[in-house]
Amino acid sequence: MFLLLSYLLRKWRERRGRAAVEYAEQHAGNPDSQSPSVTAGRPSAPRVADPTDLEVARPSAAARGPAALLLHQVRYDLRISLRNPRARFFTFFFPIVLLVVFTGVFGNGHTVVDGVTVSLSRFYVPGILAMSIVVASYANLVISITSLRETGVLKRRRATPVSPALLVAGQALATVAVVLVMSTVLLLIAKVFYGVGMSPGGLVAMAITAVVGTLAFACIAYAVSILVGSPDAAQPIVQATMLPLWFISGVFIPTASLSSTLRSIGSLFPVEHIASGLHRASVHATFSSAISGKDLLALAAWGVAAAIFCAWRFSWLPSTATA
Amino acid sequence: MTKFDPGADDAQPTGAYLGGMLTNSLDAAIASRAEAGQSSGPVISIRGLRKRYGDKEAVRGIDLEVRRGEIFAFLGPNGAGKTTTVEILEGFRQASGGSVEVLGANPWRAPSDWRERIGLVLQESQAEPGLTVRECLALYAGYYRSPRPVGETLALVDLREQADQRATALSGGQRRRLDVALALIGDPELIFLDEPTTGFDPSARRAAWEVIGGLRNLGKTVFLTTHYMEEAERLADRIAVIADGEIVAEGTPQTLGGRQVGGTRITFALPGETTVTDLPASVLDRIQEEGAGLVALPSTTVAADLHALSGWALERGLELEDLEVRRPTLEDVYLKLTTPDQPRS
Repeated sequence: MFLLLSYLLRKWRERRGRAAVEYAEQHAGNPDSQSPSVTAGRPSAPRVADPTDLEVARPSAAARGPAALLLHQVRYDLRISLRNPRARFFTFFFPIVLLVVFTGVFGNGHTVVDGVTVSLSRFYVPGILAMSIVVASYANLVISITSLRETGVLKRRRATPVSPALLVAGQALATVAVVLVMSTVLLLIAKVFYGVGMSPGGLVAMAITAVVGTLAFACIAYAVSILVGSPDAAQPIVQATMLPLWFISGVFIPTASLSSTLRSIGSLFPVEHIASGLHRASVHATFSSAISGKDLLALAAWGVAAAIFCAWRFSWLPSTATA
Repeated sequence: MTKFDPGADDAQPTGAYLGGMLTNSLDAAIASRAEAGQSSGPVISIRGLRKRYGDKEAVRGIDLEVRRGEIFAFLGPNGAGKTTTVEILEGFRQASGGSVEVLGANPWRAPSDWRERIGLVLQESQAEPGLTVRECLALYAGYYRSPRPVGETLALVDLREQADQRATALSGGQRRRLDVALALIGDPELIFLDEPTTGFDPSARRAAWEVIGGLRNLGKTVFLTTHYMEEAERLADRIAVIADGEIVAEGTPQTLGGRQVGGTRITFALPGETTVTDLPASVLDRIQEEGAGLVALPSTTVAADLHALSGWALERGLELEDLEVRRPTLEDVYLKLTTPDQPRS
């Protein structure tokens, strides 16, 4: 699936590249456009058609306004995250494996979700989906933000005229795009191979919950990255904060089988709310009963609190900055 | 150039026509002076800058001025306050005291327009992960309202052959050239280079110097921090040395720290069975024993001292082994200025 997608993308890019070169060759032959070479002693190379220059020949993203600039940032953030093998594995491969293992192996029992008795395979689909969303947004972002910050990439981006809000929004929206594609893939696999389908109202509720949850976890990721001093520490901190929550938030184990103490501890944290929102959407037919306002509010509250903490403490500079 | 100024006309109700002409030409004169002032005035102007971290004062009241079109080298050992000063100039840190003006604005409060006019090469910055060289430049080009063309900028730093390689796979020298390209993509007036060649092998360093020297041809103002003396000497029009948060010397590479008048040293080995007291009287009071039979003579009258010494040696039929006449290098001046134990000049 992913391979096919990347193959098509590559083909498309090659075609666009060829077209651009042809275009440039037609419009070449202007000797005035030669630039002086900075490297002294070397004659400035003849101006050769460069496909990228055609993109820049039209006004730059910044010149076309904030919306174009945001789109520009989202495109590049997507490219960066899709080319990261770790992110690719944990966002696409890992959830599919878990879905296959849990639904295929343990999917035969039954449990109760929001007052409705369902098969365990129906329980695992939204559970794994919730986990994948948290991994794609929270885990990936904490690791990548920390590493971008400590390697000076964030500082350099911040030194350009682009606004910090736009940089953050670009990354959050790129994550939303990844989550929506990944969720679609998971739901298709659930439907085709395990016969676990969702109602149209449930799907809309799921999409809303997924988007709100992704944005909230993106904010939380930025906030947590403030507390992470080095890229080496990011992975253990991410695991230590996520792992316990998988088991008390209704991701792998139905909350109905937990003690009331564990349940109430779980419901303090956002993982439980995204899982519960998605579970509820998976068992009801109409949108009004599938959407869980309480969980959306809890997620939004976490997101806003994290955003306030970021506004107060987030730094674009490496934490190991010297005097 | 002509500008209608209602305020000035109000002040001169009679002879409005002539008055108007006068005000206009006055305005024009002022405007053209302002423009001239902008093109030759300081790009960076620092007065009494201080920066405190908790109890420690990293920058303790420095004054600096950088003029348009020059390469200004800011030298100092690690921890002397170099990076702190640069980060204040770049708008990343707020000054604790004093005034800072970069391109006519206080960097800490400068609007995003101001960032269109500066470019940065950071001391430690990796490439954008996952992107090719060309994509890195295209990403940054999008951030500026009127960027340089990507292909042209690639040619400028001689990275065209690597354009489609992952930026993270470049060699150290190539990576630095990419950093310079990223700093240039917005076509800035002022470029900050923070220790651009730290950790380079000699050939990569030389290549980087060519690129930096070339920035001068583009008419850019360059603020360069380094702890390599040779680098400052090769590239800079002017140099300031910071040590322990204070400017200890400022000047051109030729005049820094009174280098041109500072003592030349004549050193040689004492011939066989002679002792210091046998040397001619004219040099005797200045002679310093260096150990291993070597003696040194600080000299401001080199020809006369050499004449006296060689005359003395010929008279006795001796040879002045290991004779060396040496002006202090910039490195010597720098070490003298930045070593805390020695009194600063």
